[in-house]
Amino acid sequence: MNATSPILLQALQFVLVLAVAPVITGISRKARSRLLGRVGPSIFQPYRDIAKLLRKDVVMAENASWLYRVAPYLVFALMWLATALVPAFVVRHPLSPAADLIALVGLLASSRFLLALAGMDVGTSFGGIGSSREMMISSLAEPAMLMVIFTMAMFVHTTSIPSIVDFVLGRPVGLRVSFALAVISLIMVGIAETGRIPIDNPATHLELTMVHEAMVLEYSGRHLALIEAAAMLKLLFYLSLIAVVFAPWGIAPAAATGPQLAWGAAAWLGKIVAGTLALAVFEVSIAKMRVFRVAEFLGGALLLGLLGTIFLYVSQSP
Amino acid sequence: MLTAILVAVAALFCLGVLAPAVRAGASGDIAHDLVYLGSALACLVAGSAAAWFLVGGQAASLNATLPMGLPWLPAQLRIDSLSAWFLIVVNVIGFAASVYGKGYGRHVDEPGRVLPFFPAFLAGMNLVPLADDAFTFLLSWEFMSVSSWLLVLANHRQPGNARAGMIYLVMAVFGGACLLLAFGVLAGAEGTYYFADMRAHPPTGWPAAIALLLIVLGTGSKAGGVPLHAWLPIAHPAAPSHVSALMSGVMTKVALYGLIRVMFDLMGDPGWGWGAVLLAVGAVSALYGILSALLQDDVKTMLACSTIENIGIIMIGLGLAQVFRVSGLGALAALAATAALLHVFNHALMKTLMFFVAGALQTATGTRALERMGGLIQRLPITAALALAGAAAISALPPFNGFVSEWMTFQAVLGSPQLAQWPLRFGVPVTGAVLALAAALAAACFVRAYGIAFLGRPRSPEAASAHEVDGWMRAAMAGLAALCLAVGVLPMIAILPLSQVVADLVGSPLPALADGPTLSAWVWLAPLEQGYSSYSGLVVFLTAVIVTVSVVAGVHRLANDRVRRGPPWDCGFPDPTAAAQYTASSFAQPLRRVFGTLIFRAVERVDMPEPGETRPARLEVRLTDPAWVALYAPLIAAVGWITERANPLQYLTIRRYLSLVFMALILLLSAVALSR
Repeated sequence: MNATSPILLQALQFVLVLAVAPVITGISRKARSRLLGRVGPSIFQPYRDIAKLLRKDVVMAENASWLYRVAPYLVFALMWLATALVPAFVVRHPLSPAADLIALVGLLASSRFLLALAGMDVGTSFGGIGSSREMMISSLAEPAMLMVIFTMAMFVHTTSIPSIVDFVLGRPVGLRVSFALAVISLIMVGIAETGRIPIDNPATHLELTMVHEAMVLEYSGRHLALIEAAAMLKLLFYLSLIAVVFAPWGIAPAAATGPQLAWGAAAWLGKIVAGTLALAVFEVSIAKMRVFRVAEFLGGALLLGLLGTIFLYVSQSP
Repeated sequence: MLTAILVAVAALFCLGVLAPAVRAGASGDIAHDLVYLGSALACLVAGSAAAWFLVGGQAASLNATLPMGLPWLPAQLRIDSLSAWFLIVVNVIGFAASVYGKGYGRHVDEPGRVLPFFPAFLAGMNLVPLADDAFTFLLSWEFMSVSSWLLVLANHRQPGNARAGMIYLVMAVFGGACLLLAFGVLAGAEGTYYFADMRAHPPTGWPAAIALLLIVLGTGSKAGGVPLHAWLPIAHPAAPSHVSALMSGVMTKVALYGLIRVMFDLMGDPGWGWGAVLLAVGAVSALYGILSALLQDDVKTMLACSTIENIGIIMIGLGLAQVFRVSGLGALAALAATAALLHVFNHALMKTLMFFVAGALQTATGTRALERMGGLIQRLPITAALALAGAAAISALPPFNGFVSEWMTFQAVLGSPQLAQWPLRFGVPVTGAVLALAAALAAACFVRAYGIAFLGRPRSPEAASAHEVDGWMRAAMAGLAALCLAVGVLPMIAILPLSQVVADLVGSPLPALADGPTLSAWVWLAPLEQGYSSYSGLVVFLTAVIVTVSVVAGVHRLANDRVRRGPPWDCGFPDPTAAAQYTASSFAQPLRRVFGTLIFRAVERVDMPEPGETRPARLEVRLTDPAWVALYAPLIAAVGWITERANPLQYLTIRRYLSLVFMALILLLSAVALSR
């Protein structure tokens, strides 16, 4: 079988991540419920939720501005773009050189910037509290993530994901302290950024503990559907990123044949489902933190990332 | 080319002189139009000439000698690629500020205190990069300082502005004195003050170190590097907004031009240690600047603090360029220098845009306090949209221009494993972490400022009845916002003219441009080599547009299209009073708690009335600038102590003065006799 058209594969990835993201969230909810001894909703419930929200009317505050109406579309589109740029089943896409890891962090930051502004648009206290806390969390999580990227980039000498994957696959890397620190740091960042326990609780509706939910409190109907879908994509983004950078085994090479692609897709699905289950176990085994302890958690992630970089220097004498 | 620029500068001087005469003779309106339209034209001419010099590339440099200055030192002027780049920055922003001033100048309280000095300030900033001898350089530098000082005092009756002027003057005198001494050392005992001679015989050893220290102090104090930053947040906001924009966006860059000129050009090879100094100062400035910006309530003070951050980012880029250049890593040095000089341009664009927005807010609401704004996106829709572009650009978000230069700085940081010096191999990644932290905090800072000023509900009657600003002001803001997006999407429009500057500065070109500006170089920004890290603002922008359009189309096809308006939900407890909204200080509270207690010794005191009392509860937040406590306060105390002691010398008789003079003479003569 011939190599498939790269543009088709890129389009396929756009469709695939959108199709898979809700079920990943569904699996994480189901797994948490089972671990807590509940039956839990079907893993396909998120699809039904989104379909329901899309059918409903939008109820908007009288003083909501154009920014409030535009933001959900842009937040979703940027998140979708970022997730589609993380290689899933094939290592290199035509759009891969457009955004390296730093640019992906930038896309996520743009999406968050708009969402935080939208939270402040109506002028309610919950929107403000959500935006304020979200920016506090991200202002610590983003540098931690960049330090992880630095660790990888200083080892591999590039920040482009396909090159990192080629490098990791190309030679036996072995266990490195730096990578262990980096992966822990990245997981901590992922937990914080996707609003999981112990930072935030995606299922909470207790006013004073919520961050993301408070920020999007005013949204309803199709706007809320887009924001919920963007949050699901964000979870998939981090799972996918950790999988592709630290465990790229199984991913199809650049000029892949049909079976290689199928194997790549299966491996990717296996990895992210495993990641989701691990996340669920972690979430049920830990208590939610007070919001001001988040700084310690993420400061720890930042220091781990920095230590990873510095250890790399120590181990790499000129 | 040089002639065209000089004619434009002369025209600016003439405008400054003419303005009061026209105001007195004809009318204020004519003087107003004459000054702002004339300045715009002069900036257009000078900027085009500089751009033509840089892109046309006929000559490496052009010289001119003016028959003025000291008798034995006629004023030497010279334009080379570095000065051309800074002239472009000065004049692009100068043009925008003149257009903006055409509208904004009407709202200035005392136009007579602004009109003569505005073109003079522009002329001074044009002359500094052109100067080719120390005397002309210092003269233009001081001219720039004094004219901007007069503009800071334009609203001298407003409380606080006189103090701002005083602090600015002291810092300017300090910086000028440092530069004067530095050039003295650079010229040497029998050297001349021509830059060409200094370049031919750079000092070595201790004199070089002293000269560089003085240069870093002198230019750093003008640029706002920590710990010499304290005057920026006080003096920049005091001037009218279009002047604040010039001071923050351009004058700080002209100061950095002085630093680059001496450190990279005149000094030859000052060693990697000075690069490390720049890295350290840059990292501290970046973090300190953005943290203090986060805690400000005054829009313009906040912007001035954010300038400290951006100067820090540029200094980090310059420091990296210096250490890579000295280590013989030409490609990385070119990358770092491109990043720094691109950020010079980018920051000038976005900071000017944001100061224009601040001016528009002040015009519309009559206040600069964030806590008295709110909901202005409804009242000033166009300004709000343009401000959003500026806020995104300055928060380094793709696809805007701020992201491109920060991305390149990060890529340069990633080259640090190739350095041989151990302190740098540890220090540069830490600098990278600080840079990342500063970038993330900048986003938080501008979400806060934009959210409090433009979003939510009006917090004061003035904000509720504000009106959109006039066409000139909107045109200037729109032009800058368009440039921010254009440079972000197609960074090559700035990087290509920069290639010659960088090649002259660090001795090697950017590898990506080694075989000319190909189509792929325009689309893909891959600074070091193809296949290494790359970013494409164009592809990201176009893909994002396509994805967004398809999402909008898809949702409107699939989903229910109806919109109902109702009261806000707010978990069922909406509070109709605007004071119940989140405020600027409550937004910053989590970050104040995380960072402020350590760095600013933030103290929060809650004064809660007893039950039954009717007075309102108060929350008081006190911040202490560590630089004031550690550096300025002791200095001020010392100066006060000395003046106290020296005070009696004012009331002596002539006999005593004469004997004092005589004693000084004897002392100096004996010193000379001993040293010979």
